[in-house]
Amino acid sequence: MISEQVARKTSLWELLRRRPGLQALVLLLPSLFWLIVFFAFPLLIVLVYSFLRRGPYGQIVWDFNLENYGRFLDPLYLKIFLRSFKIATLTTVFCFLFGYPMAYWMATRPRRWRNALLLLLMIPFWTNFLVRTYAWILILRDTGLINNVLMSVGLIRQPLPLFGNDFAIIVGLVYGWFPDMVLPCYAAIERLDFSLVEAAQDLYANELRAFARIIFPLSLPGVIAGSILVFIPSLGAYVTPDLLGGAKSVMIGNIIQNQFLTVRDYPFGSAISFALMTLMLIAALVYFRVGGRTL
Amino acid sequence: MGESIAVEVRSVTKRFPGPGSRPGSEVVAVDNVTLQILDGEFFSLLGPSGCGKTTTLRMIAGFEHPTSGEIYIHGKPMGLTPPYQRNTNMVFQNYALFPHMTVARNVAFGLEMRKVPKEEIERRVQEALAMVRLDGFGSRRPNQLSGGQQQRIALARALVNRPEVLLLDEPLGALDLKLRKEMQLELKTLQREVGITFIYVTHDQEEALTMSDRIAVMHQGRILQVGTPTEIYERPSCRFVADFIGETNFLEGTVQEQEESRVTVLVDGLLPVIAETDHRLPRGARVSVAVRPEKIRLVPEPVPGEHNTFEGRVEQVVYVGTATLFRVRLSPNVSLAIREQNIISTPDSRAYSWGVGGQVHVAWLYDAGRVLTD
Repeated sequence: MISEQVARKTSLWELLRRRPGLQALVLLLPSLFWLIVFFAFPLLIVLVYSFLRRGPYGQIVWDFNLENYGRFLDPLYLKIFLRSFKIATLTTVFCFLFGYPMAYWMATRPRRWRNALLLLLMIPFWTNFLVRTYAWILILRDTGLINNVLMSVGLIRQPLPLFGNDFAIIVGLVYGWFPDMVLPCYAAIERLDFSLVEAAQDLYANELRAFARIIFPLSLPGVIAGSILVFIPSLGAYVTPDLLGGAKSVMIGNIIQNQFLTVRDYPFGSAISFALMTLMLIAALVYFRVGGRTL
Repeated sequence: MGESIAVEVRSVTKRFPGPGSRPGSEVVAVDNVTLQILDGEFFSLLGPSGCGKTTTLRMIAGFEHPTSGEIYIHGKPMGLTPPYQRNTNMVFQNYALFPHMTVARNVAFGLEMRKVPKEEIERRVQEALAMVRLDGFGSRRPNQLSGGQQQRIALARALVNRPEVLLLDEPLGALDLKLRKEMQLELKTLQREVGITFIYVTHDQEEALTMSDRIAVMHQGRILQVGTPTEIYERPSCRFVADFIGETNFLEGTVQEQEESRVTVLVDGLLPVIAETDHRLPRGARVSVAVRPEKIRLVPEPVPGEHNTFEGRVEQVVYVGTATLFRVRLSPNVSLAIREQNIISTPDSRAYSWGVGGQVHVAWLYDAGRVLTD
């Protein structure tokens, strides 16, 4: 009995060992199931919807057309697309400008400090994202912390326009995605062989040139990864512009939300979602290509 | 070899904060070292790991600064001058080639930083690659090259700048034995050709002996002896040097009498051994006599004149290809390692009679032994 079981067990392992394809299937099955049911299939629905039409009561009318994609050319939407791009780009740039020096500093501390510093970076992000974004309202609004302090010390008479505009959105997004820039940069710099920096200095490069010619190019993969991790969610952001942006600072994410939940125009919402995804893909590919060439 | 001094290290001490980084827990890496390295010389810093040789080299390069003392390059005190303002170049142990640049860009780096005109850079890079016999490799990436090729690129990248002094930090350490031996001779030839002062750090005594004009043996941050390979090997100044360079028999004993440089040492209370010294030694002083295994001969009968000669019993015979290693016991407390070249290719009666357990005589010249006082 027992020996039979052992034999059967062994033969199953044998089978898996001999057939790598079957082995891969067994290993991938859970995640494949998940991705197909909850990602690929819904995505297909969105793709199909984007070519259909909204009925008078918000229902889906099965009438294949390209009109939804044509509506992007409406200057209203075009402007929002452009603004979203601008905000996402500025967010990425500021995340890099603040994040890279910090990542550099952290990665060059003694080894025993580094994990503690990483922890310190992460701790604020254990708080709920919504709560943290609300906190920015209290800081930035006309009667918020900054304006109150500046007015009470008499530096300004009128509150600064810190809230309800693109500035507020960028502040919120930079804050929100900051670790996503720092961590890949940190990983890239920490991996760096600093004897290369010594070699550069030995070959007459001062600190600045050693940085520009050695450290930065070699940490570029981290910068690219970080930029994509920041740019993509920033482009599709909707909570942050919703809470900090006010009525005039709408981003793509807000329109999508609006189309699905308020206007109930599922086909147009789907079309925007798909267009956004395509744009992100193109942006990522261009970025990788450019980054790959400099490396 | 020129007469002028290329690098002078004057009373240099380097302390590092200790592992606990508590005040007072300092590590003395280099302890009051003084060296004079001549123009065009191939000079080696030799010692076990942690002896301070690399720290000394890094101070000459400018990566570390002396805690006290001063380093002069062609008479100019270096002080806190950073590496990029020193006319020295370094070949790193791991080569430290820039992985994101082609071989040609690597070699051109130093010239570019010095804003040498483009055409001249191109010409000199080609020359440097030709010098290390890697012309045509310019467009490759370092990771497409073998270890030996990377090593030569690192050398070209340094030499293309025509430095006053080339610093080499165990540059052959990562290569396998055969390639290392080839590169040793190649480096030595190259150094003669370019005539640049080489300061070479190594823990490999054979490498140092093969390549150097002069060697400084370091131990625990101090210089124990500076001299030519022959001086270091034949006339070691202390027990550490005799032990570290090659193999040595140490015979412990007391001084019986001295006549000029020749001393009679009574070893183990019964063997009178005659050896050389540079010092005046008092009668009864505890000393050791160092004798190299290859200086001792196995003979059937005592050898007369100028020889120490004793009777002993063969304890061990090990055939190692080029030579045979014997261990011969002279007294209950004294045995000798002896190395005999395998001149005869087949085992004959002579070898047979010197098998384990055989009674033999050993003999070595008086000058072959050195009296060491530590």
